[in-house]
Amino acid sequence: MSTTTTAAQGDDHGHGHDDHPKHLAHHFESLEQQFDAGKLGIWSFLLTEVLFFSALFVAYTMYRSNYPEVFQYASQFLDTNMGALNTIVLLLSSFTIAWGVRNAMLGQLGLLKMNLVITLLCAGGFMMIKKMEYEHKFHEGTLWSGNVNTIFRLDPNDVPEDMKHHSTAWDNRNGEFTMAVKDLDPEFRQKLGIFFGIYFCLTGLHGIHVLIGMILMIWLLIRAMKGEFGPTNFNAVDFGALYWHLVDLIWIFLFPLLYLIS
Amino acid sequence: MSDHNSETHLGHVLPLGLLLKVFFALVGLTVLTVVTGKMDLYGMDLSVAMIIATVKASLVCLIFMHLKWDKPFHGMIFLFSVMFVGLFLAFLTLDTGQYQDDIREKLAHDIHASGLDEVQPEEAHVEKAVPEGEGSDH
Repeated sequence: MSTTTTAAQGDDHGHGHDDHPKHLAHHFESLEQQFDAGKLGIWSFLLTEVLFFSALFVAYTMYRSNYPEVFQYASQFLDTNMGALNTIVLLLSSFTIAWGVRNAMLGQLGLLKMNLVITLLCAGGFMMIKKMEYEHKFHEGTLWSGNVNTIFRLDPNDVPEDMKHHSTAWDNRNGEFTMAVKDLDPEFRQKLGIFFGIYFCLTGLHGIHVLIGMILMIWLLIRAMKGEFGPTNFNAVDFGALYWHLVDLIWIFLFPLLYLIS
Repeated sequence: MSDHNSETHLGHVLPLGLLLKVFFALVGLTVLTVVTGKMDLYGMDLSVAMIIATVKASLVCLIFMHLKWDKPFHGMIFLFSVMFVGLFLAFLTLDTGQYQDDIREKLAHDIHASGLDEVQPEEAHVEKAVPEGEGSDH
């Protein structure tokens, strides 16, 4: 038993393949086959991801087509600049990870590490901006329907001071709600929560994907530091990058759908 | 590019220049979508925003995700997912009108339960009542 173990740690993995490439798993015949199998796997996974998100996109479409005026009004509470900045941050990270795949294929480990770090920082930056946006929404009370603490559900006359002063719709100079919050009829107010419910679900699920992407980048970075990637062994970087691009793709649609309703 | 597909037979190495061009195109399209989003496009806003988003998505898929050089089957898998989203959307669009009455009833019930309907009409009543009251004085 002990001799087999020692042999297994040797160069030929203890099973007599002399021409066995280092990164080829035993159950594949060639590196191409291994790469193709992995690629098919990651694309199948991306298919399920698209379908996963589609449920929320369909919910969005249904509610927007039924209540276009609610979406138009509620969208004013989202900060377009923050959304646009996040789009740019995510696009930059998509570029750096695509460059990282090139680095891995060419064996440029230094550049690969740099690009993975930039991608990771962009992902972190995205989450920080998202956190600022979420905090603002909690303070001003623009939350999902069913939550009592929204400025839409409260009687305009007894909205707490704290909430008023955080609100995008509160005019400090004149001491009153702008954007006609006080003039909204009850049915309209009730429906506004639907928009924010969809907003939090879509951006929340997307945010979870960003966090998973960050874990993935850290894993790739650790492997890159160990010097694992090269022209015959870049599958993990390539597949990780494909996942990251999908996260970017989702945001490309989320940004105009949520922030740019005019 | 000399390094084009020569170092490895496993995947296609993208030239850095192309990646940079795509990145700047994507940033440019983002700026465009913000600018057009703020303009009044006579009801075409959503279509314009979605066309720009689709162009951006195609750039990411074809270049960043290598689909242009990849096996066509991988692109097909992705297109299938998008097609099924279309089907999903189409069936629900057909169905959505069916329940509008139930939704309206539920909303009215919720509004009544939360007491919001008692706040609003009173205010409206007061505002309307003032000019009437003035009118009767004269």
